[in-house]
Amino acid sequence: MQAMMNKDAAGTIPPQTRKRKAAEATTSPTPDDTLPNKRPQLTSAGKHQLEGPEAAPPTPLTTTTSHNGNDSHSDADPAADAMDSDDDFMSNLSSEDDMIQEDDSDNDVSNPEDFDFDDEPDLDSGNKDSQQTMKRNYLDIEFKVYRPEDIQKQQDDLVDEVNMILDISKEEAAILLRHFRWNRERLIEDYMDKPRQVLDAAGLAQTAADQPRLQVIPGFMCDICCEDGDGLESFAIKCGHRFCVNCYRQYLSQKIREEGEAARIQCPADGCNLIIDARSLDLLVTPELTERYHELLMRTYVEDKESLKWCPSPDCANAVECGVKKKDLTKVVPTVSCLCGHRFCFGCIYTDHQPAPCELVKRWLKKCADDSETANWISANTKECPKCNSTIEKNGGCNHMTCRKCKYEFCWMCMGLWSEHGTSWYNCNRFEEKSGAEARDAQAKSRVSLERYLHYYNRYHNHEQSARLDKDLYMKTEKKMVELQKQSGMSWIEVQYLQSASQALQTCRQTLMWTYAFAFYLARNNLTEIFESNQKDLEMAVENLSEMFEKPVQDLAQPGLKVDIMDKTSYCNKRRVILLEDTAENLAKGKWTFNVDLVSGAPLVNPTSAPGTSSRR
Amino acid sequence: MASTKRIAKEFADCTTAPPPGISITLPSDADLHTWHVTVTAPPNSVYAPGRFGLILKMPTDYPFKAPTINFTTRIYHPNITNDSLGNICLALLKSENWKPSSKIINVLEAVRNILVEPMPDDPLEQRIADEYKRDRAEFEKNARAYVERYAKGTVNFVQAPDPKDDKSKNNDKNSGAPAANPGRAAGRQGGSGSGSASRPAPPA
Ligand SMILES: [Zn+2]
Ligand SMILES: [Zn+2]
Ligand SMILES: [Zn+2]
Ligand SMILES: [Zn+2]
Ligand SMILES: [Zn+2]
Ligand SMILES: [Zn+2]
Repeated sequence: MQAMMNKDAAGTIPPQTRKRKAAEATTSPTPDDTLPNKRPQLTSAGKHQLEGPEAAPPTPLTTTTSHNGNDSHSDADPAADAMDSDDDFMSNLSSEDDMIQEDDSDNDVSNPEDFDFDDEPDLDSGNKDSQQTMKRNYLDIEFKVYRPEDIQKQQDDLVDEVNMILDISKEEAAILLRHFRWNRERLIEDYMDKPRQVLDAAGLAQTAADQPRLQVIPGFMCDICCEDGDGLESFAIKCGHRFCVNCYRQYLSQKIREEGEAARIQCPADGCNLIIDARSLDLLVTPELTERYHELLMRTYVEDKESLKWCPSPDCANAVECGVKKKDLTKVVPTVSCLCGHRFCFGCIYTDHQPAPCELVKRWLKKCADDSETANWISANTKECPKCNSTIEKNGGCNHMTCRKCKYEFCWMCMGLWSEHGTSWYNCNRFEEKSGAEARDAQAKSRVSLERYLHYYNRYHNHEQSARLDKDLYMKTEKKMVELQKQSGMSWIEVQYLQSASQALQTCRQTLMWTYAFAFYLARNNLTEIFESNQKDLEMAVENLSEMFEKPVQDLAQPGLKVDIMDKTSYCNKRRVILLEDTAENLAKGKWTFNVDLVSGAPLVNPTSAPGTSSRR
Repeated sequence: MASTKRIAKEFADCTTAPPPGISITLPSDADLHTWHVTVTAPPNSVYAPGRFGLILKMPTDYPFKAPTINFTTRIYHPNITNDSLGNICLALLKSENWKPSSKIINVLEAVRNILVEPMPDDPLEQRIADEYKRDRAEFEKNARAYVERYAKGTVNFVQAPDPKDDKSKNNDKNSGAPAANPGRAAGRQGGSGSGSASRPAPPA
């Protein structure tokens, strides 16, 4: 099944998995002083990997994009970044060899052994055979993006092939392929075996007498419109359910135009499941529908394959190919990134939700929607100043709030004094579990359960909201930067670091957001401390950057702050990759325990009674 | 319009030889697309001898699109929203199942059928469905209390004015449930999802 998709590539080049390590490469983290390194730094490439052949999905894909957003390499080396863009990656689709060379020149391949020695050349580079032994990173998702023309070409190639092998017309080959849901092997096998039946089943009757045609039958009354006029043209497929041609056309028009169906439209008769064959459709579909009809037929190619999915972005016509199967979703969160820039989960099509696995996301979103009334009051955009009670509106992404009236400085999330955060830094990413005595009381229990949920929801929602505010802020800043450019003579390129910072903030907040949904379902074990520490580090880095980002435009243009922002940006991105790699590795190895079953459909366990929350620490 | 002839024929079929327990009137002779249907609960159902009002509407592109049905008489049933909207979940009416040659008479028979055999696995009211599965006696008690209160006497065909009214109903004493309070789930706090059709779609 896989082999037919890309026969040129199949078997020639083994799955190539590579990883950029630019996250670690050039810039060193700036806020070292505020951040004791609690654990050895992981790189995006080095630490935990496993053998490519067994880990890689069995696809003939030859390209891999490392998938950490637009982050891991964006600030270290803008030139390399540009060269490495998805566009280049795509333009090399047809030439895998070039692709590899291009990648090699990027110098981003590393082995666990040599990652500490940056100047040691990658011995593997340029040697195609050694690609076979390339290691794979847990965060790496292999995928490939196809533009509409790529999809069309793949279909055309398949049609050509079947046309040659089976010696049937291209039109018939296309109909048969769709009938077999683009499973070339099965089609060829079945056709060789019993051609007559295959043609019949696909509606390709062989005798002229069986050709679908419009007929005028005396005494006929259409069961849909109840018309029975003389000369009324009617039509029926093999089942013999006959309707007038007007009704047939209106039925098809509705299916095609409104319901987006084409390849599997059933007979209009109540309870009849027979699919209207392509020949009949060609005969009945009116010219104004033809284009849409063919477009829909093309879509079946993507929709019939588990390894292909449409990019869910509204204006995007690309499809993404990925080998991650439904059953893998308890082990991996397959975020892919389309050429249009949209990053989404291949498993559930929802916007990128790493590190939380799909099932947790589904449960979390459902929970949030079910509890929306409770959640509503927290999600309000205003809070009272803890000191003077005047209402404060959050207008930027940063959590460091200063009351305009009394100048009281506090943390938006926990409402605690900000200066206390300054020394013990972030105390606010972790929910302090309640004592067992309190939990024994049934009433307290439900309160703890609610509070626990609200704790995580609050933080989840806060980052969701902050990401939006950061984006707004960037838009505003961008406008001012344009003005500033005019006045100060700074070039457009020179202000692009703000774009990178804004992107980093949004991507990192997106990740942070989901770490809280993840944490909500996470049962405590010896690994959760590391996770929480990573979460804290990322949160701190993000708040840091966010705060700088909110400085007045005049300040932003100063060289010192610019360098600072650039450093913080790459630090944020790095922290994010570290967090995600840790969660991805433990997920792949089954080391996390969740309060709920990751296999969908399992009953939801009340988190209060789950091991992670009732156990005392 | 193509649908007029068809609807007229269906109306004639349904009124000259009406299916058991079903009677149909037209609220306005000028509009064939809206029917008032009175369903008498089958004797072997828990809803007997209740009589229920339904409004059946056929869209302009009927029969290519399915008709819609709303209960105007309150009913305690897993597949019918327990509110003044009376939305009903019928497989037959879903766009993937509806065919232009499907007939109203079959729809009405299906409606009467789910009074005998609710489908708790495809519910609109999860709580009632759970009760139906777990505690049949309690369910029947509640269903009968509703019949007693709403489904006796003259059948009304007044449709709910505002879909939003569902939310406030918890506190609305006037539209409240019978004395036994079979209506809203008691003790539900924080407004979680016992409501009707407001369930969020999980990511696909
Ligand atoms: Zn048929
Ligand atoms: Zn007709
Ligand atoms: Zn896209
Ligand atoms: Zn997902
Ligand atoms: Zn104040
Ligand atoms: Zn705080």
